[in-house]
Amino acid sequence: MTTPMNTLPQGEDRPHPTWFRPPRSWPAAAWMGGVVASMAVWAALYAHLVPFSEWVVSVLPIAHGGRLEDAVRFFVYDTPKVLMLLTLVVFVMGVVRSFFSPERTRALLAGRREGAGNAAAATLGIVTPFCSCSAVPLFIGFVSAGVPLGVTFSFLIAAPMVNEVALGLLFALVGWKVALTYLVFGLGVAIVAGWIIGRLHLEDWLEAWVRTVRSGTAALPAVEVSAVDRIRAGIEAVREIVAKVWVWIVLGIAAGAAIHGYAPADLLAAVMGRDAWWSVPAAVVIGIPMYSNAAGIIPVVEALIGKGAALGTVLAFMMSVTALSLPEIIILRKVLTIRLIAVFVAVVGLGILVVGFLFNALFA
Amino acid sequence: MKDVKVLGPGCKRCQTTAEMVQAEADRLGIPVHIEKITDYAAIAGYGIASTPGIVIDGTVVHAGGLPKPADLAKWLAA
Repeated sequence: MTTPMNTLPQGEDRPHPTWFRPPRSWPAAAWMGGVVASMAVWAALYAHLVPFSEWVVSVLPIAHGGRLEDAVRFFVYDTPKVLMLLTLVVFVMGVVRSFFSPERTRALLAGRREGAGNAAAATLGIVTPFCSCSAVPLFIGFVSAGVPLGVTFSFLIAAPMVNEVALGLLFALVGWKVALTYLVFGLGVAIVAGWIIGRLHLEDWLEAWVRTVRSGTAALPAVEVSAVDRIRAGIEAVREIVAKVWVWIVLGIAAGAAIHGYAPADLLAAVMGRDAWWSVPAAVVIGIPMYSNAAGIIPVVEALIGKGAALGTVLAFMMSVTALSLPEIIILRKVLTIRLIAVFVAVVGLGILVVGFLFNALFA
Repeated sequence: MKDVKVLGPGCKRCQTTAEMVQAEADRLGIPVHIEKITDYAAIAGYGIASTPGIVIDGTVVHAGGLPKPADLAKWLAA
């Protein structure tokens, strides 16, 4: 979707270009009704996805009963399903996140002691609005306002890794047990890795200019946020996130479809199965530089699990893709020295490795 | 002349925020001078943790996400 940035409509009902913006003057009841009606339409569509995909596959000019049909069916069914689930999850989380802000989270975390502080930071990382483009202001804003370095890292690890998109899609596609496991172990990695970084006392390994910033915290004027504003925040989140990630999702589903239709199960079991001890480290090493958000990786995860890959190996892969990525590391290089980045990557990578091994051992 | 600073590393939202401030000021007939602050150290100096941020005549009024036009009008008129 293209949003022309320089053709700004005038007038207070149209603050910036968008595809759907009901006038602000609608009464709150109309907004509520709109949300309920949209949910009903969503549910009706979702209930008809299976017959829809069967129909599409039946009319396509492809050989029926073969591997190609398997792959195409996976793609035709999963694409609308994942996109619809994503839209729902992102909307709900957009509303939830309107109750939180990085400034408020910072105030909750400032001066916290390590341990409890790490746990609070990782948990708040799930619900606090965060985008990697403001990772640097957030990092400096936290550290300069007295949030301990290790606690800041717990937040910074959990925010991209344990996000609503990952949890919502895992829940919908792979089941609540896997989603809950991902939540618990993801928080665990963020808490422990942040705690270790804190114990190492690496404040001297921040870039020199970061250590000199002692800004304190700005006192923002109170802004009234109505129920309608929260619904709008949900719509805005859908507009922004779904527009950004749908390409990744389609690519991910295409990869998943290829695995589903063509990857031989015995080969996958040999490479990513429980018996191959080296598969967990390999998954982590491959996953760290990769950048895909959770939405793109989950259809692949679903297909891998269906083909008999070990759950711990797959979770480790997913965690290393989402928690550590080359673009984020490059952004953080502005505030962290190479040495501190190396420690950060090593500690988080080791944590994910432990999760993978532990999981494969526990659920053998 | 109101002195408005838009704090942000140059992301799309920061650009949109600056345009919103200009549009709202034009609508209200308030002359403004908008300056974009993109330097991380300078942004941090204002004590915010998320961008875009808005500073009007030296006071931080907003941080994180796009502002609401109604709030912008209130801050500009104050």
